[in-house]
Amino acid sequence: MSTRLAQGGRLIDRSKPKNFTFNGKRMKGYEGDTLAAALLGEDQMLVGRSFKYHRPRGIVASGAEEPNALVNLGQGGRFEPNQRVTTTELFDGLTCTSQNHWPSLEFDVGVVNNYAARFLPAGFYYKTFMAPQAAWKHVFEPIIRKSAGLGQVPTEADVDRYEHYYHHTDVVVIGGGVAGLAAALAAGRSGAKVLVMEQTHHWGGRAPVDGGEIDGQSPDDWIATTLAELEGMDNVTLRSRMMGSGVYDHGYVLGYERVADHTPGDDRPRHRLWRIRAKQIVTATGAIERPLSFAGNDIPGVMLASAVRDYAVNWGVSVGDRTVVVTNNDDAYRTALALKEAGLDVPVILDARAEATGPLAEAARAAGIRVEPGRAIAKVNGGKRVTGVSICLQAGEGAALEDIACDAVAMSGGWSPVVHLWSHCGGKLIWDEAQSHFRPDPDRAPTSHDGKPFVVTAGAASGPLDLAGVLDDAYEAGKQAAKAAGGKAVRKAGPKAKAEEAQPMAPVWIMPQGAGHQKRMKMWLDYQNDVKVSDVQLAAREGYESVEHTKRYTTLGMATDQGKLSNINGLAVLSDALGQPIPATGTTTFRPPYTPISFGAIAGEARHEIFQPIRRTPMHQWHEDAGAYMEPVGHWRRPYCYAKPGETNEQAVHREVLNTREKLGLLDASTLGKLIVKGPDAGKFLDMMYTNMMSNLAVGKCRYGLMCSENGFLSDDGVVARIDDDTWLCHTTSGGADRIHAWMEEWLQTEWWDWKVYVANVTEQLAQVAVVGPNARKLLEKLGGMDVSKETLPFMQWKDGTIGGFDARVYRISFSGELSYEIAVPASQGRAFWDTLLEAGEEFGVMPYGTECLHIMRAEKGFIMIGDETDGTVIPQDLGLNWAISKKKEDFLGKRAQQRSHMTDPDRWKLVGLETLDGSVLPDGAYAVGEGDNEYGQRNMIGRVTSTYYSPTLKKGIAMGLVKHGPDRMGEVLDFPTVDGSNTVIKARICDPVFYDKDGEKQNV
Amino acid sequence: MLILECPYCGVMADETDLHGGGEAHLKRFGPGSSDDEFETYLFHRKNPKGIHFERWRHVSGCGKWFHAARNTMTLEVYGTYSAQTYEPPKAIINAVKKKHPEWEGWT
Amino acid sequence: MSNAVSALQGASFDGYCKVDEAGLVGMITLRGDLSSAAVAKAVKTATGADIPGQGEITEGVKGRAGWMSPDELLLIVDHAEAPNVVDAASKALANEHALVVNVSDARAVFRVTGAACREVIAKLTPADTSVMQPGMLRRTRIAQIPAAFYLEDDETAVLVCFRSVAQYAFDILSDAAKRGGEVV
Repeated sequence: MSTRLAQGGRLIDRSKPKNFTFNGKRMKGYEGDTLAAALLGEDQMLVGRSFKYHRPRGIVASGAEEPNALVNLGQGGRFEPNQRVTTTELFDGLTCTSQNHWPSLEFDVGVVNNYAARFLPAGFYYKTFMAPQAAWKHVFEPIIRKSAGLGQVPTEADVDRYEHYYHHTDVVVIGGGVAGLAAALAAGRSGAKVLVMEQTHHWGGRAPVDGGEIDGQSPDDWIATTLAELEGMDNVTLRSRMMGSGVYDHGYVLGYERVADHTPGDDRPRHRLWRIRAKQIVTATGAIERPLSFAGNDIPGVMLASAVRDYAVNWGVSVGDRTVVVTNNDDAYRTALALKEAGLDVPVILDARAEATGPLAEAARAAGIRVEPGRAIAKVNGGKRVTGVSICLQAGEGAALEDIACDAVAMSGGWSPVVHLWSHCGGKLIWDEAQSHFRPDPDRAPTSHDGKPFVVTAGAASGPLDLAGVLDDAYEAGKQAAKAAGGKAVRKAGPKAKAEEAQPMAPVWIMPQGAGHQKRMKMWLDYQNDVKVSDVQLAAREGYESVEHTKRYTTLGMATDQGKLSNINGLAVLSDALGQPIPATGTTTFRPPYTPISFGAIAGEARHEIFQPIRRTPMHQWHEDAGAYMEPVGHWRRPYCYAKPGETNEQAVHREVLNTREKLGLLDASTLGKLIVKGPDAGKFLDMMYTNMMSNLAVGKCRYGLMCSENGFLSDDGVVARIDDDTWLCHTTSGGADRIHAWMEEWLQTEWWDWKVYVANVTEQLAQVAVVGPNARKLLEKLGGMDVSKETLPFMQWKDGTIGGFDARVYRISFSGELSYEIAVPASQGRAFWDTLLEAGEEFGVMPYGTECLHIMRAEKGFIMIGDETDGTVIPQDLGLNWAISKKKEDFLGKRAQQRSHMTDPDRWKLVGLETLDGSVLPDGAYAVGEGDNEYGQRNMIGRVTSTYYSPTLKKGIAMGLVKHGPDRMGEVLDFPTVDGSNTVIKARICDPVFYDKDGEKQNV
Repeated sequence: MLILECPYCGVMADETDLHGGGEAHLKRFGPGSSDDEFETYLFHRKNPKGIHFERWRHVSGCGKWFHAARNTMTLEVYGTYSAQTYEPPKAIINAVKKKHPEWEGWT
Repeated sequence: MSNAVSALQGASFDGYCKVDEAGLVGMITLRGDLSSAAVAKAVKTATGADIPGQGEITEGVKGRAGWMSPDELLLIVDHAEAPNVVDAASKALANEHALVVNVSDARAVFRVTGAACREVIAKLTPADTSVMQPGMLRRTRIAQIPAAFYLEDDETAVLVCFRSVAQYAFDILSDAAKRGGEVV
């Protein structure tokens, strides 16, 4: 059993116990524990079930590489699934539950998959998908949906807050082990601005666990000295609990800082995502130990040798009383020695190498440990817990020589540098034959905007695995990065350790090397996703040669740990099956993030009210106070209608239409885009931007204009006013101001840069109110200040003056067909002006109206709306707007495109009015069907509805649509089949799109 | 995520401050042009694996368009320059040639 | 007029930095040839300040002049004075190609006060706030909106954005300045 030792644990404070629960069971750990250490301290070896076969899963590792030990962490608004216990700091009151089992962790019915394992081989899903479609929908999908996925989905909103933080630095050092610290020391001494990040809450990494001496000090002492020196440097920033999540183009790095995971509810942001721009990146990310592939290597109690050592040294936790060590390299001997020193039993060290002659092997023998070279594990005995191992010859087929009772197995298959961050942005790898691992190729580093390398690896991440080599490499890397980032030359020598003699490791990809199929079916490569040696071999037999394809076919390395333990072993097995050397197989692609990061951190502040910017007009608060139903128009919120108590929105809209037509309505038109275009060439420029002439517009007058893209399609419309000799004011659609402003600037800057024109966007400088209806003039006359009579201010003209004491620009323009003034005042006075109009307008029956009323009134008048009648495929000619397209102008944007054969095709659908025979309202977007079928057997379409409303004015449904040969078919009746399932057809007659006041008598008074 | 130096502001601007605008140095064809010319202008775009001349706008900065000579494979930026030019300036051409003597030119 | 109000009417938030909406501020966009003597004179008359160089903001007795682009300045003056300044500058520049326009009401202005003002803004902008010094102006974005900012002194940052998104700007700045969010 695993237990807390009476002594030891360099990271824990035994005077500060912390209580927590696992599956409701109360447990105790100490400050400084990871959840993994605390669970093991309480003998909780079984922590979950695997993904596919629901096999019992125990803790395998002690850090970010852990594939098995994922839990549901927290409760309510802090519930989060798939949290790795090895990277979760223990805190008082922590609650967690195990995942992926039913009904319980100890007894899981899903384990039947385990017995059906031979029916669930590699490519199971792909093979299953070949079944009849019906089986997929009714049989497989429901079952897979129920059994797939690990943790539970949270049901409550996240109560924590998150933020981003942009940071600019010369050098960023990722990893705070001795390599990272040595690199930081070099970079810091150069005077460069340095950021050092460490993913755990303690500095120094594994060196204190591994032992040795640095500059004559113990690793712990050297770390303390070095931290003190770094903390004393103003140019160095140290951040623990921050993981280098990804390296991206041009020196961009994401740092994932877990600010308050261990102090939930203390009002700090839970996570902070550092968005770092660094000139140079040093990845001191260390190395990860590889498992060995032997039968039963997934039984709880089988762990990485380094993890067994970490638990003993860092947290004073014994994984088992009797631990068998199995290895192909020297490092695992340190585990045996550490266990022995802690007073635990190591019955045997099985060394797959033919000889065990290194100094560590000698030390083990001297400590009285039995060392067996050339031996392997034939199989591990046990179910939910290791009970013993059978020993065999590594060179043989697995005949058992001896059974040894034990309750833990510490395995080591060698070490692989963590190359993820090096590789994220294109750093290449080379195969190191001696260490049997891929390591960064310093000659093929990722390059930045200046074409120069911007990532350098340090320490074990570069390849060296001994302390002396690690320190030399890391200090040099720090110097190199600092120099490339513009730091001063560093003369001071770096930290040194004594070189150690070591026996070379020997690659061992399966154990024993001649293991048969039965054994290979029990050798796990990917613990979480249940991929075994036999699965990869099957994939190779079925023709999978690319490592990327094999990964997806077998799901090797596709679990949440992204193959940190399984990748190298998996591709070694694949290479062997394909009969090619490992470098020829290559690795899969390393992609960020290094380990999963929270969605909260990615979203940062962008949640709730500030999920995205909401644009508000100066009158916005009034609309909200009046209970307006708001609708989004771009990022604006505009009143759709102002329903009174007891009124539906539809009733309110109808009331607003009738009141505006009969009395007086007010519209907040502030969202309308307003661009000032000024300069000697402004007229010439606007003639290019608009389809019609703007240069000949008289000062004081307004003209409706259309803008097209170079493709000829209608893109925006609005009224243009000539302000003075060289100044125009262009109105755009509500959503279009920024887009059209950018469009004008683009042409001025990139095509006609010698034209003298300046554009300014004054949309938000002005609040604009449309005063609409037969009583509009009466209201303005009551307020007084300027002459708004028909004679002085006729239709389609504008004037500056004052209205009721407000400085105003008044336009006689109408989008409703009524007598209408659009009045612009400074935005700071917009609300006061609106209030004044409402108060003074009371005697004239004033009512505010919303966008839906606006839409209905314009449809009654047959006015088009950008986005309704247009959809990016419609040209002005389709909409009967030929009158607004200049024939005199040689050129305007879109003119050439509109001459293309497809644009002049007489078969293009054209705008018409539509009225149903029964007065009902046509469904929005309904299609008119013609005779016969198309080549796909579908009914031929001959038109579609673009706008459709109930007209309260006319008391019937009205619509506009685009119909093939429409204008030539006045009076014809079209069929519009419904799609609501009723199988009915609505009949509508083609008519003039102007339904109301065809001669414009109402607006021109 | 790229950083490009805005030649107007003189700052290294983050990609999120910028707006990409596709191929630079297009020649506009209007009325009077042939169908082929117009089609080329409107639709035909280079998509090189390597050196490319692009339009960018410093959208949340000065609002100006500028051009960048950039390698689409390595993301190296050889230089940024004013958009008010029909072809890349000599200095930019030289910067590219220095790195890629075999390069055949920008057209 | 006396009934003029700024977007948030002086709203403020107390965090580890203070966030205040600055109320009504006069702002004028001037586009023209920044090397022209007439422009320099008009700017001097309006603000008392010299023409700012690239990325700079200058200060005079009546206001400030900020460099917005190679052909654009932002003049910061008293709100009530802005219309007069526009008229005067427009007249002074009548003989050259220039555009002077009042944008006072198209903007919202915020002050972030405190020793950590650079840090608070750094939570929202990709621009390097650590290199910003009084006299420099940077146009960039804060979270999802365009903004410009400069320092009045080492502990006072001024941010300018569009009026319609004033509430959003205030909310994100307040969120960034919340106690407990101290980075350093």
